[in-house]
Amino acid sequence: MMPEPDAQTTPPPAPETIIRVRGLVTRFDTHTVHDGLDLDVRRGEIIGVVGGSGTGKSVLLRAIVGLLNPAEGQIEVLGQSVRDTSDDDYRRLRRRWGVMFQDGALFSSLTVRQNVEAPMREQLHLDDALRETLAGIKVRMVGLPENAQVKYPSELSGGMRKRAGFARSIALDPEIVFLDEPTAGLDPIGAAAFDTLIKQLQAALGLTVFLVTHDLDSLHAICDRVAVLADKRVLAVGTMRDMLDVDHPWVKEYFHGPRARAATASARPDGRA
Amino acid sequence: MVASGARVSMSGELRIDAVEGLDRAAILDSARGASVIDISALSHVDTAGAWFLIDMQRGIAAAAGTTVEIEGASDAQAQLIETVRRNMPPEEAAVLPPRTLADRLEAFGRMVVRGWRTFVELTSFLGQTVATIAGIVIRPRRLRLTSLVHHCQEVGLNAVPIVALMAFLIGVVLAFQGAAQLRQFGAEVFVVDLIAISVLRELGILLTAIIVAGRSGSAFTAAIGSMKMREEIDAMRTLGLDPVTILVVPRVLALILMLPVLGFIADISGLIGGAAMSWVELGVSPAVFQSRLVSNTDVWHFGVGMIKAPFFALIIGIIGCYEGMKVGGNAESLGRLTSTSVVLSIFMVIVMDALFSIFFAIVGV
Repeated sequence: MMPEPDAQTTPPPAPETIIRVRGLVTRFDTHTVHDGLDLDVRRGEIIGVVGGSGTGKSVLLRAIVGLLNPAEGQIEVLGQSVRDTSDDDYRRLRRRWGVMFQDGALFSSLTVRQNVEAPMREQLHLDDALRETLAGIKVRMVGLPENAQVKYPSELSGGMRKRAGFARSIALDPEIVFLDEPTAGLDPIGAAAFDTLIKQLQAALGLTVFLVTHDLDSLHAICDRVAVLADKRVLAVGTMRDMLDVDHPWVKEYFHGPRARAATASARPDGRA
Repeated sequence: MVASGARVSMSGELRIDAVEGLDRAAILDSARGASVIDISALSHVDTAGAWFLIDMQRGIAAAAGTTVEIEGASDAQAQLIETVRRNMPPEEAAVLPPRTLADRLEAFGRMVVRGWRTFVELTSFLGQTVATIAGIVIRPRRLRLTSLVHHCQEVGLNAVPIVALMAFLIGVVLAFQGAAQLRQFGAEVFVVDLIAISVLRELGILLTAIIVAGRSGSAFTAAIGSMKMREEIDAMRTLGLDPVTILVVPRVLALILMLPVLGFIADISGLIGGAAMSWVELGVSPAVFQSRLVSNTDVWHFGVGMIKAPFFALIIGIIGCYEGMKVGGNAESLGRLTSTSVVLSIFMVIVMDALFSIFFAIVGV
């Protein structure tokens, strides 16, 4: 039921910057998480954001989608500032991205399909049958079985909850999806399947994917570029190959460690590194 | 959209916003007999748009009995349409059968069975707790003293202000309402008996129990329930710790110890409220109130109230902890069971109070 991997379209020739973060400073009381962070994300790419625990990967994600108010800095998404914008503009902007939280963050009182319908219900005025049909397509798109549509989140496994969360994040056909550790807590087979899913839907829906992850295999398998968070800023951005040349102790350890070597070795057969 | 003979051309953007405004029946009608849907002029198609195209393609094909092609899609559009096509809903839509009498009977039967099962489980939970408390009496070292003291403070000390205020106001209201009625007979002084008997025997302890059920019973359910949700209870079991000993017994014991104390405070403060109002409204001085209280009120009225306290405490504690243990994986069950816990424990307290009334009437106190 999934398309062949070689059916992907190539990224657009002229890269358009879709997310632009400049001089971002975020603080919790006296603890500074980001200090002058810059980051550009191009349209149509899958960018992987990595970093040690507590380097503020999720905080960056929350700042970009406006869940958290940074102390300083500019954040522009799709050419619009996220911080200094009217409520109406922000609402319109928010429709153009989708967020998948760790573990899905599904509404526990709604079934899977109702979860996917929820954003449609808020933003559009579809009749019930059409909304159900479209939500059903989204649920099938993320590879959930037919009987999962009417199940409640508590009846699903962790991997299925993540898929359902992904379905909800693409409910309105956004241009950008933010995925917070989509493969954390999945077994390697499930994680690989989720990577494939992200890649497929990214190609089919023309998504830009902002991927917060720890998973070296994901980085190898699907990310076009990698951004490394360390020392309160984006230390390096580039392809996986570029990362190998970065001279920083954490980056060296991360991309040259035994796990990284294993991931590189396993990624090589299908032509990626 | 332009339809010309065998070719239907579409232009513009076909996004979800556009799809929601389209009249599908009219479009199908105008495109009747077409064999090609040309979408080369469509600038943007999203999932809903792709669904619309496929739906239209199928609709035209089904009406004419021929095949219909979608032409002119860009690579990305073709891929999206293909993806959506693979994920279209199954052709035969499942129709929900209507609810029959048998379904209703079944639902009712399930409800009865569920109610009975709850009763059995609640009883066995009560037995387990009592057995654990008995075990602690034999081996007192197993009692979690710190936890017990903590809960005594939570359910007892911290509840004193609200309980005292509530009882004071009840005393005031009783005196005020009683005086208005008794004045008609010139029997104002009997207001003392009215207040004393109703507060000491019934209202003091009953209303205290209701406040404690709302305050502490719900807190028990929420605290134990959220621990259950985060698998802390399972973790305890694997570590060889008994959740009943650690979580339930200190809470239930704290309630059994503190509810009589709170009831006593409520009694006193209810009497003070009544006395104050009698003085203001009827001119019954505190000295008269006191002497009448002492001479005319049987101490058993106070005794009856106090005897009920530990039983009410047991009901509130057991129901609060039991509902907490029943919480499942989702946050909704936590909320639902917390409210069930409060409603059920208040209901059971009132049922118990009624049973006690019958009992005391029979033994004659």
